[in-house]
Amino acid sequence: MSTLQNIQGNAACAAGAIAAGCRFYAGYPITPSSEIAEQMAARLPKVGGTFIQMEDELGSMAATVGASLGGVKAMTATSGPGFSLKQENLGYAAMTETPCVIVNVMRGGPSTGLPTRPAQADIMQARWGTHGDHPIIVLAPHTVREIFEETIRAFNLAEALRVPVVVLYDETIGHLVETVDLTPPQPEDIVTRTFASGPAEDYLPYAAGEDMIPAFPRPGDGYRTHTTGLTHDERGFPTQDPQKVDAFMKRLLGKLERHAKMIEKTESVEVDDAQVLIVTMGTPARAAKTAIRQLRDEGIRAGLLRPVTLWPFPEAALRAAAKGKRAVLVPEMNAGQLILEVQRVLGGAAPVSGLNVFNGEPIAPQQIAQAVKELVK
Amino acid sequence: MNEIKVTSADEFDIRDWLRTDLMPHFMCPGCGHGIALRALLWACHELGIGKDRLAVVSGIGCSGRTGAYIDANTFHTTHGRPLAFATGLKLARPDLTVIVISGDGDSLAIGGNHLIHACRRNLDMTLVLLNNEVYGMTGGQVSPTTSAERFTTTTPAGNMEPVFDACKLAEGAGASFVGREATLQTPALKDLFKAAIAHKGFSLTEVISDCTEIFGRKNALGSSPEMVLKQKKVMIPAHTDNRVPEPFKPHPFETGVFVRQERPEYGEVYEALRARVREKGK
Ligand SMILES: Cc1ncc(C[n+]2csc(CCOP(=O)(O)OP(=O)(O)O)c2C)c(N)n1
Ligand code: SF4
Ligand SMILES: [Mg+2]
Repeated sequence: MSTLQNIQGNAACAAGAIAAGCRFYAGYPITPSSEIAEQMAARLPKVGGTFIQMEDELGSMAATVGASLGGVKAMTATSGPGFSLKQENLGYAAMTETPCVIVNVMRGGPSTGLPTRPAQADIMQARWGTHGDHPIIVLAPHTVREIFEETIRAFNLAEALRVPVVVLYDETIGHLVETVDLTPPQPEDIVTRTFASGPAEDYLPYAAGEDMIPAFPRPGDGYRTHTTGLTHDERGFPTQDPQKVDAFMKRLLGKLERHAKMIEKTESVEVDDAQVLIVTMGTPARAAKTAIRQLRDEGIRAGLLRPVTLWPFPEAALRAAAKGKRAVLVPEMNAGQLILEVQRVLGGAAPVSGLNVFNGEPIAPQQIAQAVKELVK
Repeated sequence: MNEIKVTSADEFDIRDWLRTDLMPHFMCPGCGHGIALRALLWACHELGIGKDRLAVVSGIGCSGRTGAYIDANTFHTTHGRPLAFATGLKLARPDLTVIVISGDGDSLAIGGNHLIHACRRNLDMTLVLLNNEVYGMTGGQVSPTTSAERFTTTTPAGNMEPVFDACKLAEGAGASFVGREATLQTPALKDLFKAAIAHKGFSLTEVISDCTEIFGRKNALGSSPEMVLKQKKVMIPAHTDNRVPEPFKPHPFETGVFVRQERPEYGEVYEALRARVREKGK
């Protein structure tokens, strides 16, 4: 049975979270993400979950991680200024391998910036916002339906890989209303972390097998483990032993690569015969799809590669898509962030140029079409 | 919790509650934090708390590092945020007994916002605020509780800032249980912890601890026993009208239980809300 409804992006995010099994939300209001908190406040108590509005984003990220440390699926949502404040405890989640989902509905920055206008200037903050080398997954939906799907996938990945997952989209999609099917996923498509089982004697909470993901010791199950943001050994206690630190960091940073297949996701539109490859995400990807149709009507062959999983960056997919292209265009609502990664990956294999809009307006299809025409002149 | 016992100091074997394989610990000889830890575990022992159901959430500092030695579910979080982590943990897992260990810098400076809101919410947990009036872990900088004129590495000419009274702050912010004891009165400190943990709601227990090695040395306060005896001179046990016998630089402090109120506990209030919402949805 399909459940078609008119729903806003932010509401679809909350619906996805509930469908994924999220039972705890801690947040602090900020435009343009507040509807997620409002939805969760209404929905969570109905399903036996808990919503709390904390005193700030430092606290809301801490409470989110705290709930997850208790074994409950947890999430928080915010926008630019709040995302900056969440970075401290997001790093703690990465270090302690505590599953959690952080939604960042992007607005114009820096600082208070443009609270009600869209932007994509947190692409690098989402990857590198917290200090230290750390693993993180960032998903970048571009439709209301996809916000629903990707929020569910965010929980699945967070739980499976014990890693914080960011859902990153701009204000335009967050506030966009579309008619979508929000049929909840089948129970077998919902992932819950593996909890530690077996004898507590000699139990090593951070010892991992081939899959590099240690089972999660749930408090109360008798393991009585220690969790710390200090670099720790397999027992979970602080260590500065270079060999142990090295082994720990290699596993922490390597586990996402081990599971790359599970994480990777891109969308390709008319890439094969394209002269120009467009690489973009979020609202500009919607504009790019329209532009591609218009250009093809005029005999200009353009195609789109859209990272749905933005980080880890889909390097192989980009290299394959860019092969033999005359030019690569990267439209983005910032002064040039995604383009840095595209240039790095392609390493000169194709000329890369940007189309950057940071005036608070979404990029229009005509702007992309025009830029492509310049490139094939 | 099981039956509540009363044990003498000899009857309580702290090793039953410690991760003895982590010894030796990091604390300096004479550090008050270790005495507080003993009193806390003694209280847990007398309350019959099961170690599997005990969650200790701590912040960053010498105070925060003590949590790791407890044989329970221990969470060493980030500087100033243990109360916020504990809020999420307790809401997600009301079955756990949650104790938060924090320092004066951790709770009253960087974590001040979380502290006042935890007092206001009244979620069932106990904060153990180890006040040694200094940032011990980072080498002895001034804290919001450093007494007037005291020397620290960042007040080389003596501290000129007024102090926070953690207990008054907590009372003003609505905490339903507030008390203070000094490490020198270990059995009284144990009893304070017992009452605080047994109290349904948010409890703040301030411990007058001492940082012998750094603060004591910098201010020529003598050995640990000497420091503790100096504290005794400025201590005013609650409900007596003792006067401070001689002027001593640190402000006089009262001990005892200052607030003990029945107030709706946040977790229970939220559970009632869930029931209401479900009823409406029918
Ligand atoms: C965000 C952040 N800022 C600063 C520090 C450095 N730091 C570690 S412990 C500490 C002060 C601890 O003082 P207190 O809470 O009084 O604990 P004590 O060591 O005295 O027990 C500071 C500033 C940190 N770890 N994190
Ligand atoms: S530095 Fe001070 S507070 Fe820290 S362990 Fe030593 S005596 Fe205790
Ligand atoms: Mg201190």
